[in-house]
Amino acid sequence: MVERAFETFDHTADAGIVAYGVNMRQLFTNAAMGLFNLVADTSSIEHKLERQVEIQDSDSENLLVAWLNELIYLFDAEQLLFSDFEIESLSGNCLKATCFGEKFDPAKHRLKTGVKAATYHMLKITTDSNGYRTRIIFDI
Amino acid sequence: MTQWQGKLFPIDNYRWQIPRNYKEGMKVPGLIYASQEMMASICKEQTLEQVANVASLPGIVKYSLAMPDIHWGYGFPIGGVAAMDLEEGVISPGGVGYDINCGVRMLRTDLHENDVRPRIDRLINELYDNVPSGLGSEGKVKVSQKELKKLMVEGARRAIKLGMGFEDDIETTEENGCLGGADPEKVSDRAIKRGMPQAGTLGSGNHFLEIQAVEEIFDPHAASVMGISEIGQVLILIHTGSRGFGHQVCTDHLRVMEKAVIQYGIELPDRQLACAPINSREGKNYLAAMACAANYAWFNRQCIAHWTRESFCKVLGKSAEELGIRQIYDVAHNIAKIEEHVVGGQMMKVCVHRKGATRAFPPGHKDIPQRYKEIGQPVLIPGDMGRCSFIAAGTQKAMEETFGSTCHGAGRVLSRSAARRSISGRDVVHEMQKRNITIRTGDISSLAEEASLAYKDVTEVIDVVHQSGISRKIARTVPLGVIKG
Repeated sequence: MVERAFETFDHTADAGIVAYGVNMRQLFTNAAMGLFNLVADTSSIEHKLERQVEIQDSDSENLLVAWLNELIYLFDAEQLLFSDFEIESLSGNCLKATCFGEKFDPAKHRLKTGVKAATYHMLKITTDSNGYRTRIIFDI
Repeated sequence: MTQWQGKLFPIDNYRWQIPRNYKEGMKVPGLIYASQEMMASICKEQTLEQVANVASLPGIVKYSLAMPDIHWGYGFPIGGVAAMDLEEGVISPGGVGYDINCGVRMLRTDLHENDVRPRIDRLINELYDNVPSGLGSEGKVKVSQKELKKLMVEGARRAIKLGMGFEDDIETTEENGCLGGADPEKVSDRAIKRGMPQAGTLGSGNHFLEIQAVEEIFDPHAASVMGISEIGQVLILIHTGSRGFGHQVCTDHLRVMEKAVIQYGIELPDRQLACAPINSREGKNYLAAMACAANYAWFNRQCIAHWTRESFCKVLGKSAEELGIRQIYDVAHNIAKIEEHVVGGQMMKVCVHRKGATRAFPPGHKDIPQRYKEIGQPVLIPGDMGRCSFIAAGTQKAMEETFGSTCHGAGRVLSRSAARRSISGRDVVHEMQKRNITIRTGDISSLAEEASLAYKDVTEVIDVVHQSGISRKIARTVPLGVIKG
């Protein structure tokens, strides 16, 4: 287990997260948790529904951006808020996951930031003896 | 944050150059408009490295430009302008931004501050109820998929056909509120799904609707041509863009461009600069989808302007004609356009990327409305909500130096979380109340992110564009009441 799941950092016009993981699956899960932590107060999101997500892309960095953009899309188009994720399979260019959460309810959930997209800016997944680390900037 | 250590030379009091030999791969020099004081602050971030990176894009001509409100973006800097040769150049979605055709629309009225002050709370409440705003809000115009496809092609005119506005609004909108080449087939189903519920909404973040009063007039003649004649006259400013629809168009096409970069063998210093040749299938598809998003944004601002008129009429008990509510102008500040410019003494067609920059065409230009031919295109420069905004006009010098472009606003100096650490949302409300500014918002805590201290003083930004000659300032306005999403 890595000590930290994710942390947020400042970027002048936007916002970023650094996510950690002992393996790629955990890195992807923590990046998604970091995203929803920017979007809303995640403590109020209950697991009332689940959604399968399947994505393909050319490499793991592109796959990470595509994964986060898929979640942004699901919130913006279908108003789905998630607070937990189960990555079922993750190979170099394919991801299968189940997301747990509920539909946004203005009476119950406090939204924090409108996130437009995950960017490719200075995108990199690095690895060392502690595991994996990535830094993602979101346009907000 | 690391101080930028690159090569930079002053040209005069307001212009700076990054020489072509600063970095391998730069095809043109960087040209930055800023005062000495501003430059000290700009160099605290890696913004100028981004100006140098843009200078390496294939087909860029003359300069990689930066306006004085420049700040660190991703890929392209915000406040950047770059023009590409149509034959050899590339189009980059990152050079437009996620909020395609984010822009500003300004309306004038015959009202005076004295008429509005006693009713400002009612007006702001009525506007707040009438214009959907805030995170997670949905539009009150119900847009079907079929209707969405129509507005992608027709832009602001679609709203007028639906009874929201007048022909005059079209004449005073950049591109007449409709960018050519829009092809709904190039827009994904997901952009459509994201766009349907959000048409006719103000949004959140830095988007706003403001009732303003004229505080100073610098050029009475040009002001009168725009319908501005006295201090205290009431104006209305609307700032919004293409909402989730535009964000999804950008996301979708960046993903395509990521692969195109490899296919066309384009070397990039930052992946967010992903691009494709303008003439390629990928480039053409993006331009066709971007035009759809630009038109969505013009439809959006047209709806909001209409509800704004309705709200004024309801509260003041008079018709729009009796109140003299007419549009001054509507400008885009996140867009790519095919335009004709002089490069190396020759007139040529180029693709001008303006990311956080406004078109500022000079007097006599064929693409500006007849009524403004003598004074130049109106340019609308919103400041932060606590200070002031400016109305300016385009100049010949902008045409010669900046592909007819100028600044777009104040430009951030503090990140959103740094702003939250410096001031609370409640304190922002109190400060605004002290200055006699009424505010309504769905989320008080996020107001801190948009506090004055988070932005450069727009007056300094305007001084640079005015003194360097790339725009001419016409009037300054101050807020009376604000709606924040």
